Amino acid sequence: MMRLPNFRFVAPTSVHQAAELLAASSGDTMLVAGGTDLLPNMKRRQQAPGTLVGVRHIAELRAISSGDGVTIGAGLTLTDVIRLRQGFGGQAREAYGALWQAAAQVATPQLRNMGTLGGNLCLDTRCNYYDQNYEWRKAIDFCMKKDGETCWVAPSSPKCVAVSSTDTAPALLALGASVTLVSANGTRQIALSDMYRNDGIHYLTRQRSEILTSVHVPRLDGWRSVYWKLRRRGAFDFPVLSVAAAAKIAKDGTVEAARIVLGAVASRPVEAPAEAIAALVGRPLTDDLISEVAERAAQPSRPLDNTDFTLVWRKRMTKFFVSYALKELRGDDMRARRLKVSRQELL
Amino acid sequence: MVQITLTVNGEPVDVAVAPYKTLLEVLREDLNLCGTKHGCELGECGACAVLLDGQPVLSCLVLGVDCGGRAVTTVEGLASDGRLHPLQETFADLGAAQCGYCTPGFLVTAKALLDEHPRPTRDHIRDALSGNLCRCTGYQQIYEAVEAAIAKGSR
Amino acid sequence: MKIVGTPRRRVDGRAKVTGQTKFADDVVLPRMLHCKLLRASVPHARLVRIDASRATAHPGVHLVLTGNDFPIPYGILPVSQDEHALARDKVRFVGDPVAAVIARDEQTAFDALDLIDVEYEPLTTFADPEDSLANPTPRIHEYGDTGNVHKLVSLQFGDVEQALADADRVFEDIFFYQGNTHLPIEQHAAVAAKDPDGKLVLWSSTQTPHYVHRALAKTLEMPAAHIRVIATPNGGGFGGKSDPFNHEMVVAKAALLLDRPVKICLTREEVFYCHRGRHPVLMQFTTGMKKDGTIAGMHVKTLLDGGAYGSYGVASTFYTGALQTVTYHVPAYHFQGCRVFTNKPPCGPKRGHGTPQSRFGQEIQLDKIAEALTQDPAELRLRIVERPETLTANYLRVGTIGLSECIRRVTRAADWANTFRKLPHGRGVGLACSSYLSGAGLAIYWNDMPHSGVQLKLDRSGGVTAFCGATEIGQGSDDVLVACVAEVLGIDPLDIRPITGDTDLTPVDLGSYSSRVTLMMGNAAIQAAERARDLLADAVSRKLGVPRERLVFADRRVFDTEDPGKGVTFSDAVCLAEAAFGTIGTTGSYTPPKSAARFKGGGVGPSPTYSYSAAIVEVDVDPDSGWIHVPRVWIAHDIGRSINPVLVRGQVEGSVYMALGEALMEEQIFRRLPPRLSDALVHKFPSMLEYKSPTTLDMPEVFTELIENPDPRGPFGAKEVGQGPLLPVMPAIANAVYDAVGVRIDEVPITPEKILKALDAKAAGKAPRYGPSHFPDIPWPEPVRVAPPWEGGDGKAQDVGRQKEEGRSTAAKAVIRS
Repeated sequence: MMRLPNFRFVAPTSVHQAAELLAASSGDTMLVAGGTDLLPNMKRRQQAPGTLVGVRHIAELRAISSGDGVTIGAGLTLTDVIRLRQGFGGQAREAYGALWQAAAQVATPQLRNMGTLGGNLCLDTRCNYYDQNYEWRKAIDFCMKKDGETCWVAPSSPKCVAVSSTDTAPALLALGASVTLVSANGTRQIALSDMYRNDGIHYLTRQRSEILTSVHVPRLDGWRSVYWKLRRRGAFDFPVLSVAAAAKIAKDGTVEAARIVLGAVASRPVEAPAEAIAALVGRPLTDDLISEVAERAAQPSRPLDNTDFTLVWRKRMTKFFVSYALKELRGDDMRARRLKVSRQELL
Repeated sequence: MVQITLTVNGEPVDVAVAPYKTLLEVLREDLNLCGTKHGCELGECGACAVLLDGQPVLSCLVLGVDCGGRAVTTVEGLASDGRLHPLQETFADLGAAQCGYCTPGFLVTAKALLDEHPRPTRDHIRDALSGNLCRCTGYQQIYEAVEAAIAKGSR
Repeated sequence: MKIVGTPRRRVDGRAKVTGQTKFADDVVLPRMLHCKLLRASVPHARLVRIDASRATAHPGVHLVLTGNDFPIPYGILPVSQDEHALARDKVRFVGDPVAAVIARDEQTAFDALDLIDVEYEPLTTFADPEDSLANPTPRIHEYGDTGNVHKLVSLQFGDVEQALADADRVFEDIFFYQGNTHLPIEQHAAVAAKDPDGKLVLWSSTQTPHYVHRALAKTLEMPAAHIRVIATPNGGGFGGKSDPFNHEMVVAKAALLLDRPVKICLTREEVFYCHRGRHPVLMQFTTGMKKDGTIAGMHVKTLLDGGAYGSYGVASTFYTGALQTVTYHVPAYHFQGCRVFTNKPPCGPKRGHGTPQSRFGQEIQLDKIAEALTQDPAELRLRIVERPETLTANYLRVGTIGLSECIRRVTRAADWANTFRKLPHGRGVGLACSSYLSGAGLAIYWNDMPHSGVQLKLDRSGGVTAFCGATEIGQGSDDVLVACVAEVLGIDPLDIRPITGDTDLTPVDLGSYSSRVTLMMGNAAIQAAERARDLLADAVSRKLGVPRERLVFADRRVFDTEDPGKGVTFSDAVCLAEAAFGTIGTTGSYTPPKSAARFKGGGVGPSPTYSYSAAIVEVDVDPDSGWIHVPRVWIAHDIGRSINPVLVRGQVEGSVYMALGEALMEEQIFRRLPPRLSDALVHKFPSMLEYKSPTTLDMPEVFTELIENPDPRGPFGAKEVGQGPLLPVMPAIANAVYDAVGVRIDEVPITPEKILKALDAKAAGKAPRYGPSHFPDIPWPEPVRVAPPWEGGDGKAQDVGRQKEEGRSTAAKAVIRS
């Protein structure tokens, strides 16, 4: 049986206490919420923190408030997040559709009952050379991300190219979300986009002493958003490509504003180039426009050979997934397509 | 070792757990409840599913020390008053358990589904069980067993 | 019949749904220690030095074992005793066990593994079969046919060259079948202990306790009578627990040395290293067809990537060429097979053992042939189905054949006439068929003894205990055992307690492999039960004054068929018999009929009878992306007779499931790092996350039809069902993809990437296919030539004397031909 290494476990009951614990620690302290990302990594000895700070008992992290937009506690489970789609006067289902569609496609029902929104946003980057047992990694003399020097995906690369594999981050980026980070030194709110870096090792700008406490999604009157995920199976699998898209579409069908974000094609979620968005705005979502924008939006997709499926095919799939997302935003009935691609209708 | 009190299958249990032990290890090794199985210990198969406060979770990724005050239901706790749960009856009758190794995880997950939605559709059942791998059955007889249990429950 | 054929809760059903089935890892004993294995971190190297002193000194460590503790090799086949419990002089793949730590708990043992210092001297790594063919040195093993070629076989039945020359059309195709693994949800586990008498007991999740028993006696140099192997119910096997394994030898030895129970439970990663799964096979099919749509002759070549050890590999090699003739009539047949060693986990028997690969090739080629001859693939097959009760070209004795009925039933169910070549672009249907053994006709080691034995003990209470060495791996062997006995004795299956898979308590059954248990154990059980019934009938007949032949056993009673009120309860019948004859215990056994094949290599393929299946798969392929979706599968299986239809259907649907996995997504594949930087050759993803086993959401609807046409060779007419229904699914999917988008995917898994590449090729005006195009030159030996039965052959090789000669002339060949 795969077992955890030894560690000390503390369970503070407030964000303040947790922040103090992190501030006082020597650097080998980590937060654990759902445990679905960190504990497998610890069993594989990818991480071996001396102290784990469990945040499950912190009620503040599960708070939800709405006003000018919605603030969602980072400690809510993904199942909780899916249930929110019924809330906020129906606005969530349309405007925040990408978020619940993303949450609903994370891993499995059991893992969604455990894993939290904050955990999914901070998900460790993934790579077929890294997400392996200790013995396996020893057989390749380890890799840059843990205990080794070389990036085996791209041996000449000076930086790690592990893949951002969070489902909720692209969705929330498409919604223009921001996050609150709390440390013993204070609180800061940053755009979610600013929390990510395109570096497989240092993929978060969050400091080790900071706790991601909540996510703020702005009010999005008249917007719709969707999330499309590519993976081999209908459950369990992390995305090997995802597309989150949000748009405000006028009654006459003209796009007034839009955001498109690609997931799992780099070490951070990648926003579609400005020209792709510019091409959308002010025009109706015709098939031709969708094809054109899909090509442009797919430009930054740079998958590498470190996930399931071949990189060439994943890259080629990007434009299709962007077009599926845009068609769904247009109001097309995409259930049959969902059923084939995602193996579920996501109703 | 950390002393915790939790409810297991309806009964309060005091147990001293090593911090590194997951709920799976606590159940199997400290409480001798070997009905909960394991196939990967990494959250990749669903064999170790148990109910934690009524919700299906993977016991291989739950820290034992974090279970104080919580209620755990394992396959050993499904029967009551000397009678099998309808799901147990129909799983046994209709071929839903072949080798039986994934069965405890399926049973508790299906129980949670029926507790929340008394009359789920086939698609709903499929979705709820999508985190449990079975290599033997091809799932069809499992769906049928869940549906038969629904029929039994409503009679 | 009361029991047989009636859907029923399996005898072990309650245990399985209450969590009470005791799997190997559930065995917990006082004072038990825990074992972990240190596995090689390099793919191919000489072991220069192992220093375990730091590990031995680690607190909590009780023992460290190395190759020095295991001088004697073992292996499942007598011809390939090439494994050591722990490596002695070299390691052959990443994951090959090198040392073992036995400690107070698993954690301590794990930590101590890192304290064992191993010095390796790297050797050239062989990553794929063509490397092994091209480079005879360094040899991975010091045995085998040549260099790194483990086995070369060539069998020729009739003049195939002439048959191909005379054929109206000759089709030649090359296919590749990627390797994959069993992935039972239960990881292998074993517990060993000394019993109070000082004898060894091993509980293990093994499909073959009898063979493990023999291997332990050999490697531990102990009398077999002092070893007891208990096969715990397996949490899935599928062939992956059919070899004796390193970890079993290690914990046995450790328990003997320490006189304490020792447990090991492998991690999922280690299960991928145990492997013994589907061989990757490259194959070439050359088939001559006559104008009337029948086969003139067939030449099959296969190249198997065996991995680092022999395992069942010699048998696997023969199996890639054995069953082509059992499905369709092939008047002249030539098979050449080659298995090479590579530095990867050993391949072996997975559900279908060696036959799914060539079945894939044969069934796709038939689809291509039908297309070329503008015939319906179902009608073409109906024309060439092998004849029942016949001897094939390669001397396999075929019993009943329900294949034609299978084809008719699936084509009707799937509305074939209105769907094949008639669905809109992107949607398609494909058909394929198969056959499989109902038990291997020969044991793993040569002997004349029965393959399965059953003992019955009848109690005065009316309870019966049935003892058999058969192993419950989920397939329901315990249920078949009690069903057969209950049917004969007219009692309830739950009146019978099965005691199985225990070498101390139960008579030998060879194990749960080759789909042999229902037929062999079932016949043995019937014989034992009939002998008991006869004793009871004698006693009851005397008591009631009713002639024996008029007595009926049913409903827990023995009564006069002409006067049903006149009778005794079953328990009274036992008491009467016990009073008359003493304690009632009977035995039954089963030995398969002698094979008609009397040539070298004829030992693989014979079976008492064969099952047949036909499947139609519907696919939906997105022409833009290649994305493939399978909404429905129809399958018909010639079961002979269902003993418990619930379990039969479960085997069919489970086979379809496993087939879909290997057809669409499962791969046991490896990653070689850039050779200029590293020698590493590692399993690409030894995890359940990345080895893609289909989830509920990926599984199509399956419509199962059972063809019940009892075969007199089977118990109550039953044939196998555990493996056969897997076989037609993969080629049916490939054929359906062609129907949907007009491209041939001549290899598995059939992935979106491959479909898209084939579509690209089609769009570019190239051959609309994806698959291998080259079969390497292999130094085939002179064939063993056997005249088919219809040419007056007697099953013996024609030129036995010449077979042994080296380098004989082509003139000799000409003589034989003429």
